[in-house]
Amino acid sequence: MSSDVRFTDFKSDKQPTWCPGCGDFGTMNGMMKALANTGNDPDNTFVVAGIGCSGKIGTYMHSYALHGVHGRALPVGTGVKLANPDLEVMVAGGDGDGYSIGAGHFIHAVRRNVDMTYCVMDNRIYGLTKGQASPTSREDFETSTTPEGPKQPPVNPLALALSAGGSFIAQSFSTDAQRHAEIVQKAIEHDGFGFVNVFSPCVTFNDVDTYDYFRDSIVDLDDEDHDPTDRDAAKDKILDADKEYQGILYQDEESVPYSDLHGLDSNMADIPDGAPEGAMDLVREFY
Amino acid sequence: MPDDLNWAIGGEAGDGIDSTGKIFAQALSRAGRHVFTSKDFASRIRGGYTAYKIRSSTDRVESVVDRLDILVALTERTIDENLDELHDGSVIIYDGERTEMEDIEIPGDMTGLSVPLQRLAEEAGGAIMQNIVALGAACEVTNFPIENLDSALEKKFGNKGESIVSNNKDAARKGQEFVAEEFDHEFDYDLDTTDNDYVLLNGDEAIGMGAIAAGCRFYAGYPITPATDVMEYLTGRIEQFGGEVVQAEDELSAINMALGAARAGARSMTATSGPGIDLMTETFGLVATSETPLVIADVMRSGPSTGMPTKQEQGDLNMTLYGGHGEIPRFVVAPTNVGECFQKTVEAFNLAEKYQTPVFLLADLSMAVTEQTFDPEVFDMDAVEIDRGKVVDDDEVEAWTDERDRFQPHFSTADGISPRALPGTENAAHMSTGLEHNALGRRTEDTDVRIEQVDKRNRKVETAQNEEDWSPREFGNPESDNLVISWGSNEGAMREALDYLDEEDIDVRFLSVPYIFPRPDLSDDIEAADEVIVVECNESGQFADILEHDALTRVKRVNKYNGIRFKADELAEEIEAKLQSEEVEA
Ligand SMILES: Cc1ncc(C[n+]2csc(CCOP(=O)(O)OP(=O)(O)O)c2C)c(N)n1
Ligand code: SF4
Repeated sequence: MSSDVRFTDFKSDKQPTWCPGCGDFGTMNGMMKALANTGNDPDNTFVVAGIGCSGKIGTYMHSYALHGVHGRALPVGTGVKLANPDLEVMVAGGDGDGYSIGAGHFIHAVRRNVDMTYCVMDNRIYGLTKGQASPTSREDFETSTTPEGPKQPPVNPLALALSAGGSFIAQSFSTDAQRHAEIVQKAIEHDGFGFVNVFSPCVTFNDVDTYDYFRDSIVDLDDEDHDPTDRDAAKDKILDADKEYQGILYQDEESVPYSDLHGLDSNMADIPDGAPEGAMDLVREFY
Repeated sequence: MPDDLNWAIGGEAGDGIDSTGKIFAQALSRAGRHVFTSKDFASRIRGGYTAYKIRSSTDRVESVVDRLDILVALTERTIDENLDELHDGSVIIYDGERTEMEDIEIPGDMTGLSVPLQRLAEEAGGAIMQNIVALGAACEVTNFPIENLDSALEKKFGNKGESIVSNNKDAARKGQEFVAEEFDHEFDYDLDTTDNDYVLLNGDEAIGMGAIAAGCRFYAGYPITPATDVMEYLTGRIEQFGGEVVQAEDELSAINMALGAARAGARSMTATSGPGIDLMTETFGLVATSETPLVIADVMRSGPSTGMPTKQEQGDLNMTLYGGHGEIPRFVVAPTNVGECFQKTVEAFNLAEKYQTPVFLLADLSMAVTEQTFDPEVFDMDAVEIDRGKVVDDDEVEAWTDERDRFQPHFSTADGISPRALPGTENAAHMSTGLEHNALGRRTEDTDVRIEQVDKRNRKVETAQNEEDWSPREFGNPESDNLVISWGSNEGAMREALDYLDEEDIDVRFLSVPYIFPRPDLSDDIEAADEVIVVECNESGQFADILEHDALTRVKRVNKYNGIRFKADELAEEIEAKLQSEEVEA
């Protein structure tokens, strides 16, 4: 790990194929800045991505990475981090990836509290499959598969995370570069599962949850004197359906990550050339 | 067969059948006798008939047979359930003082020993020890030195305190003495002991032990019968070696966690059974295309759907061989006995890392829940070799970078095996993906690159086909015109069936195949034989289909799919009938 790492070191030489103006650019830049600011470098960073426009992030970043199957990025990240605690693990995906097909994994990743960072690029639509409703789409949002709107309430990912025992719950807006990077950085620094729902507008398929919409409606928690260690205050904010908040909604300062609780501190890649010492005891047990 | 004893204890689930059976199996093993166990159990926690059966001999035993010599019947139903296997001369131990057992009828020329199990247990310190009283009684019936039972009781209850151990020993003595004093009877059974020291374990335990021996440090799984024992074995043990077991939220998660750990460089595995394999299928292709070494154990049970969770079947061969969309290079290794579960697990990890592929370890319920004795050398830790394959270190990275200094994790080599850089390796950061990709791991739809990468991945399998030994094991008469082939846990029953057939002057060559893919080329063997029979525990003959295809010929099949494993004597009869039938000529 070198101190002279710059955020551009995390950029791959591959040009993103995201639509010009896509919110995912800002989300990624902020993640790279946060990684560099926290003293990481590409050789010790592992990025796990889901499937979707958002999932392409692993291709455009330079680090160790896996672009997996739809919705399963969090379990992969869990495996990576538990096997090698020295790695900085970042997991990224879309709202469909994380809250629909991967919703079960989301809840369990939150409660497992493995020390990694999860950024969901929430555009409230399915981008890659060209504009169907996502679990965060509004109830009346008309799409190709929901011509009259989904007619069901959107998932509140922050509430899911809080109820599952989340130890770090935040929200950011990809285009507010400084603030977004700062929030992701806090998530990385958090001892445990750092969850950031990032508003990353889809300029091609979502004409409701646009940059303008977010710019006009976002309320920054820093302007509200919000105390992120106060779980009840966090709950009130999270359940407030009328506002879009930006900032750290909740952080458990006592959070103990999974690896600490389970005493995992060594790199599991290091194994002996033969059966480990003491392996004969395993046989003796069966005498 | 005077020394070959078939013993069982049966009752209601929840009666402690399993642990009692295991204690007796342990006692026999400690007396230097071979043991082979089987279980009849229903898919419920309390209530429902359940039995633990032991076959024991001073010679090796490899299977169950249709015979029961001594039965500890805790319920009347236990006798009904086993009527077919009981014979004149069988001894039934039961508690005639219990009202529901008062007027049970002991069939035919069998000997019924009414032993007040509960009363004697209470005298020894608690009714809970009634099964131990029965074990003491069984010792007397078989002239078996009760000290061996003492030693098994010490092992079982040692950590619960001295008084528990001595109460149990006392309970066993009471059972023994009661039989000696109350029954004026010469029993047919007389169990020899030997000086051998055997270990006694089941297939799931052997898989878990193999995994630790092979350096597996990460296991993620989701409970499912009959694979859960692998996870339970590893839990509490793998940690001692710096590893971790994670109970995932489902099988999709389990295999992806295991995949993540493998990408981080750990030797990693998951185990499941049919329904779980279905869920994991999605990720098979990702494991293969990202060229991640991963061991996936499928401990088969009866399907389809939820099927018969506690019954035997070998129905997932096609699933592990073909499961997943697209075409997935993979290995399928199928251990044929409990000892091999250990060895093949070690081998599976080496194959996975050498060839950077998914390796399916195809085990089955019969083997997984069967406790069997072995010479400890079968689990020889000194013989374990670890081959991590083409892992490159910091200094070797440069040899695998392109003109722009980018590491090429999917470089197309002659043997198809690419360099592998574990995260943390300097200047080798790279992405892997389930998308088709180029040597750098980047997505491509270039037709030439696509073909190059598909060929490259398949070349690994070709390399393995040439470099590794995929031979079957051979038994019986090598010159015989009658060829029997089987895979998985049928080996034991078939080996013993050879002896029965021999008595009928039927001569058989038997090949037991532990590799499904790659597999040995048996075309010549099939060609050379007059009669070819493939034995497997499924309805359609999945392995027979493959062999017919390989050898472009038809084979006869012996299939069993009622949920019970093959028994040696039954199998011998079926083979004999098949050899005489015209069936396949068409
Ligand atoms: C198992 C499976 N089902 C469906 C798909 C098709 N698919 C690809 S991306 C996607 C949705 C992506 O939406 P989201 O996660 O919101 O990401 P976005 O593209 O909006 O960034 C779907 C359904 C798939 N790849 N795999
Ligand atoms: S479709 Fe939407 S989410 Fe996908 S790249 Fe274009 S703008 Fe971004």
